[in-house]
This record gives sequence, C-alpha cells and structure tokens, in this order.
Amino acid sequence: MRVALFVTCVNDAVYPATGIATVKLLERLGVEVDFPAGQTCCGQPQFNTGYRHETEPLVRRMGRVFEGYDHIVTPSGSCAAMVRDNYPRIARRAAAQRRGADLAEAAEFLVPRMYELTEFLVDVLGTTDVGAYFPHTVTYHPSCHGLRLLGLGDRPRRLLEAVKGLELRELPGAEECCGFGGTFAVKNPDVSAAMGTDKVRNAAATGAEVLCGADNSCLMHLGGILHRQDAPLRALHIAEILGSTEAEPHV
Amino acid sequence: MSGTFVGMPAFPPFPRAAHDAVRDTTLRGNLRHATHTIRDKRAKAVAELADWQQLREAGKRIKDDTLRHLDRYLVQLEESVTAAGGTVHWAADADEANRIVADLIKATGETEVVKVKSMATQEIGLNEALAAEGIHAYETDLAELIVQLGDDRPSHILVPAIHRNRGEIRDIFLEKMGSWGRPAPDGLTDTPADLAEAARLHLREKFLRAKVGISGANFMVAETGTLVVFESEGNGRMCLTLPETLISVVGIEKVVPTWQDLEVFLQTLPRSSTAERMNPYTSMWTGTADGDGPQTFHLVLLDNGRTDALADDIGRQALRCIRCSACLNVCPVYERAGGHAYGSVYPGPIGAILTPQLRGTTSGIDASLPYASSLCGACYEVCPVAIDIPEVLVHLREKVAGQGGRGHRLEKAAMKAVGWAMDRPAVMAAGERAMARTRALHPKRPPGAQAWTDSRDLPELPEAPFRDWWKKNRT
Ligand code: SF4
Repeated sequence: MRVALFVTCVNDAVYPATGIATVKLLERLGVEVDFPAGQTCCGQPQFNTGYRHETEPLVRRMGRVFEGYDHIVTPSGSCAAMVRDNYPRIARRAAAQRRGADLAEAAEFLVPRMYELTEFLVDVLGTTDVGAYFPHTVTYHPSCHGLRLLGLGDRPRRLLEAVKGLELRELPGAEECCGFGGTFAVKNPDVSAAMGTDKVRNAAATGAEVLCGADNSCLMHLGGILHRQDAPLRALHIAEILGSTEAEPHV
Repeated sequence: MSGTFVGMPAFPPFPRAAHDAVRDTTLRGNLRHATHTIRDKRAKAVAELADWQQLREAGKRIKDDTLRHLDRYLVQLEESVTAAGGTVHWAADADEANRIVADLIKATGETEVVKVKSMATQEIGLNEALAAEGIHAYETDLAELIVQLGDDRPSHILVPAIHRNRGEIRDIFLEKMGSWGRPAPDGLTDTPADLAEAARLHLREKFLRAKVGISGANFMVAETGTLVVFESEGNGRMCLTLPETLISVVGIEKVVPTWQDLEVFLQTLPRSSTAERMNPYTSMWTGTADGDGPQTFHLVLLDNGRTDALADDIGRQALRCIRCSACLNVCPVYERAGGHAYGSVYPGPIGAILTPQLRGTTSGIDASLPYASSLCGACYEVCPVAIDIPEVLVHLREKVAGQGGRGHRLEKAAMKAVGWAMDRPAVMAAGERAMARTRALHPKRPPGAQAWTDSRDLPELPEAPFRDWWKKNRT
C-alpha cells in the first residue's frame, strides 16, 4: 500500500522527529510512504482565528498536492479534523456566495482520504500491535479535536497498551482541554496557562515518565510548561513511542 | 445592533478580566467544585436515556422550525394569549420593555414586586430601571437573592451565586437581610438547611404582601398561549400564583408551536441543567382564570437584538438555546475565568456567542468574547439543542477580524503574509531552514512573545526541518 504523509507545518518546522518516526513506523508495517513536497499547512490557524478567506488558497493547495492518493496519513488529530470538519464548511460558505467550486472539489476529495495516524493504523491496517518497544510509564492526553471531532475513541490507548514494556497510567480528567487552543494560547494567556498547569499537575500525579499525545501543538504548550517547571515528566508524540523498537529504541 | 443593552456595559475585554479571576484562589476553588459536581451528575442523568441523541436532534429541529417561521408563531401566540384573557406587548429593546413594565406596575399603584428568576429581566436590567422609578423588585430565587443582597452580579445562568461558598453566603445574609426585610436569625450557621430556612423566612413575608409578580418563561406555546416556568424551589410558583397581577417578560425565541413539543424539552432541560430526571416545579399558565391565580396577566415579548441574530445564517443557532447552562458547567475556560469576566448576564460558551450577537461586536468586551474559547468542543457535545458553539465562535471571529481596529489590522497583515508563504512551499522551507540554522542565537524569551513565554518555555528548534531529512534519506 502506498500512502501520502501530510506531516503538518508544526511537525515539519519544530518536531521533525515525529515525522521521521511516522515514516519509519509505516514502513516497518509494510506501507510505502510518499512525501509530496508541495505540502505546507492545512490552514487551521488562519481559519480558527477568523481568516476564512486567507484559508481558501491552502485548501486548494491541499487538494492539488495530494491528488491521486487514496490514503493521506497525518500525525496530527487537529489537522485531520480541520480537513474533515472545516474544509466542507469553507466550501459551503463559498458556494453560498456563488463561488469556489474548486474548494468543494478539494474538500470532497480530501475528506474521505485524510486519516489521523492512529486511525489509519487501527482502521485501515487493522492492527493495534505495531511491534513497538518502549520500556517506560506513560499517561495519555487525548487532545480535544481527536477526541470530539474525529472520535478517535480508544484507538490510541489500544495501540499504547500493545507496546512492549510500556505501562499505561490513567490520566485523571483526561477529557478536559489542555488550554492550547491555537491562538487562544496567546490571546488568553492566563486562562490557557491555568488550564495547562492543571493538566500537567494531573499528569504528574500519575507518576508517569512520559505525557503522550497525538497532537504536537498541544504537547508544545504542555511541554513548555513542564520545561519551565523543570518537571521530571516529558511530553512525547505517540508516533515516536510507536516508532520505537528494540532494535532502534527511542532516545 | 450595537445599542442593545444586555446588562453590565463598559467591562474590560475578557482576557483582562480573566487575568484577575484565575489568580483568585477562592473563586477558582468554588467554581471548580461546583462545576465538576454538576458536570458529573449531568453525565449520569443523560446516560440514563437511551434516546438522548434523538431527543437532542428533535429539540434542535423544533427550535429551527420555529425560528424559520417565527413571525407566524408569534402572531399565533399573541392571539392565543389574548383569547385566554392576557394582554400582549411588544418591546423592540431593553428601554421599551422596561418602560412597559414600569408603567404597568405604576398603573396598579404598587411600589413592590416579587420576581421569579428570569434571564430576560436580568438582560434588560429591569431591577435597576424599576428602582429608578421608585419600585422595589425583590428576587425570590435563592441564588438571585444572594446576588441581590450582596450587591453582586450573577456569574452563572442557573446558579447566579455559584462563585460564592456557604461561608460567604452566611455573611451576606447576616449583614444584609435586615436592610431588605426580615433579618437573618441570630447565630445563623452555614449549613444548607439553615441558610435555606433563613431565606424562607425572609421571603415569606414578601410573597404574602406582594400584589405584583414578575417572571420570564422557559417556553411559550403558540397554539394554546401557555407559558411555562421550570424551577426547583417553589418560590417561582409563589410569585406566579399569589399576586393579583403577573407580568412576564420573555424573549421572542422562547415560543414553541405546540403543547406536544414540550415533551422533548421536559426531558432534556432538567437533565441538562440540574441533572434531575424532572425538576421539582413546572408551572404552566394560560391567560387568566376566574378566582384562581393572578387576575391580570401581561406578556411583554422582547426582541433586544434577537432579530439581528436571526438574520445571521450561522449565528442564529444561538437562538435555539434553552438556557440549561450545561455548556457553562463543562467549559474549562468558564471554570477558570468565572462568569463575571464575560461582562454580561450570559456567561460561558453561550454568552460568548450570544452577547456579541445581541449587543454587536464594537465594544472591547464584545469583540473579545468570540476569542474566549480554546474551541475544545465540550460545550457542543453537551448542548441539548446541539448548538455548534465552536462554529459560531469562529464565525464571529471572522466578523471581528473583518471590522479591523485594535490589533486586528496587524493580525490580518500577518495572517496574509503567513498565508502567502504557506502557498509557496519553497518560501516556507527557506523560512524553516533559516529558523533552524540560527537556533543557537534565539533568546529563550524573545521580546513580543511574553504572552507565550510568561508561563511556558518555547520548544527547542531542531537542526533541520523534516523535509530536509526526507530529501536526504528518502529521495
Ligand atoms: S447553549 Fe446549549 S448547553 Fe448552553 S445553555 Fe444554551 S441550551 Fe444549554
């Protein structure tokens, strides 16, 4: 099977290790991975801040860049949700103004083909044991867009539970938002930080070594708080845990 | 409409109000405890119904259908109420509604009224308007009473004094009840039973004396002209039955077509708001009845910005709201910022989408409300009429961004620049590489980034972007 990787702009620029782990994980499972170089950003920051028109060229670009692929895999719940939830909405809004047939086409093409990583592993490859090895205690934070918009459910948990050596600890208040929220983090910094601090406290209370998530933007916020606190806990993307093996362990 | 009054104008923008609230540890503790308790109870009450999602969908459709034909149903309602012996008044805004109510009270010769808990009368600032005319309005809902005695502002739709704990309430009762009527008993403790008894004694004399009652309504049935109030304490029923004159001020979106439509909301409203299968008191009245209850009934139908919201094809879903407050109770932002930060009688997620539609987005607070959310979606998930609050928030952000002013011009330019670069992969890649290459030089807390770095460190940048790894290792 051949898939296109949509790495996302945040992972490309700030968390390449997540992208690399995703590639190696998929290849290990026998999937051929392409990285269409014309990809940039799904447009979520623009759209959610109220710049719908500025988002439209990026919708078109996504449609062009991934043309011809039946499966597009992304290690980001919120970017997958952006495509699935908001691309049709953007197309509908444009159609109401009698324009943007190409936006509708792009949305129609992308929506059924865009998979968040854990969704792709469980639903398309039909696997929960990906042969990973990660001898650490881990607690999992299900980011809101993965949880509520994509309905990832227990997929990430099932994948983590099957990892050799990994001990999963229940995160109290797991379903509560971490407070990142895109530009919310800087437009409402006090509330954002208060939410993040509570999340980090709950994570620390589990005694886990690793706070795992499927969205690096949330982990950038939580990791930033952990780093400031000099906490023993570190934030890590689920792809890097699933990508880790006995032969090539995560460092 | 920018002139609409929705209580408490001239408030600071949300982030500034929230800045103080998150540092108030008593407030944070009170709110956390209260919202988490009711949140968990609601989840259990809702889980009991196998057909919850169908009920939610039905509620949404009933409301949407009504809003689509609102003109027709309102006229039908007026006819039914009139036929049942009531009088209907139409108020375009808060001023007109307040004037109508004040004149109606004055015509009775009374200077005191008792009030059923009502959001609409809070919204128009009725108590203050009546006070200016020499009329005392007494709140009879326990939590509203606490707010009124404490010279405070409501911070929650259902539990306006949610920001107060028992000790604070005891102090307010001891200090203030005397100047409003019967004082609190000496040696009042902060046990719920004692506090409730003090309120009961204080209110009883007001119920027995009052000749005029004022209420809102949760629903109005167009086909019969029936008004419905859901409540827990029974104080509402006292106000609705004892006085000679009853005046109800109700938003025009509260109408439902038929009596049967209530079957849906009778199930969804109590479970969503108080987490009860059924609320203790559901009062319904249709016009007047000889020798039974108020002999004069006036209904004031209130617009106050609602038709402006109705004209917005995305924003109008906010008018489906049945004021259950489930969205407040699950909101992580509300939990930390508290209700007062929203600068209106409608706090929390619903306030963030309703207030800027009723008042417009020109003031600092109103323009900041659509951003008072991390878009986590917890509100949408619990809303019993499926209002997609995140969708409306983003839609309102677009409006605010489009009106320019106060930082948005700069933001728009930045968004345009980023958008331009993101549509040119080579430009974006060059930017990423430049960032990565100069990473050793980046300060830990760069100027202008305080909103991030005051509470969080910035991530360490990688040696090279992912696309360079790909090029080197896979092509
Ligand atoms: S928006 Fe929905 S959840 Fe919030 S108060 Fe209104 S009906 Fe209840």
